[in-house]
Amino acid sequence: MNIDLKLEDVARLTEAQVLTGEDQLGRQVTQACAADLLSDVLALVQDEGVLLVTGSMAPQVLRVAEVLGLGGLLFVRGKRPNQSMCDYARDAGLPILMTDLSMFEACGVLYSEGVSGAQRKRFPRDNVR
Amino acid sequence: MSARDSLLHRRVFVLPAGNLEEAGSVSGDVRRELTAMGVEQDIIRRAGVVCFEGEMNIAMYSQGGRIILLVADDRVELLFSDRGPGIPDIELARTPGYSTAPDWAREMGFGAGMGIPNMERQSDRLEIRSRLDGGTVIRAVFKRGAE
Repeated sequence: MNIDLKLEDVARLTEAQVLTGEDQLGRQVTQACAADLLSDVLALVQDEGVLLVTGSMAPQVLRVAEVLGLGGLLFVRGKRPNQSMCDYARDAGLPILMTDLSMFEACGVLYSEGVSGAQRKRFPRDNVR
Repeated sequence: MSARDSLLHRRVFVLPAGNLEEAGSVSGDVRRELTAMGVEQDIIRRAGVVCFEGEMNIAMYSQGGRIILLVADDRVELLFSDRGPGIPDIELARTPGYSTAPDWAREMGFGAGMGIPNMERQSDRLEIRSRLDGGTVIRAVFKRGAE
């Protein structure tokens, strides 16, 4: 399903503050993943440009975002990443949004706009074991 | 690496013990280096994830170690080695959901027991060798041009 939803739309619909990546709000959002457990994010996300909805405040969330080529981060429940995280995200070119909505509510907004869940594709060794 | 002559790039990253703040940074470097070398996008992603998981394992369990990145015409390899307690039961460690991660790692969002299973899934071949109270060596191979 093709949808036309940009990060700026996500920011507006979730009443989010844009903390970094103001110049990248034109990025399209088609898939999202919601998790606090970074292990799961690493195991699940396969495509580039996925929006991560999370309440994780671990600095590693940004490294995970970088290594997966995420399209942006939406922090929920009013969790505000600290200055060093924002600096890192800015250097890495990662947009960060922050909303007071709960994860459930934020996901509901995205889902109703047609954003689909990040799907894990088949891996080369899926049939090995 | 059998055919040395096909080796295009070799890089060693040293991971000091207990460097939690930096854990995950090598994967970013690996990603950048592979991108600069024009390696296939799919391999860059998978190698980046495997590297991240391997780094976290070294940070969580060992007293330090190193990661070697090898790029050849036909494959990319990541070699992880650490000084540490070793893995008592490798089969158990390969079981999704099984974890012995310390509390601090769980608080950071890791330790879901998906590390080694995820490394296996994302690589074309994964070899694990471990010695109790010695350390662990993991070799991950990504075949190029296999798409």
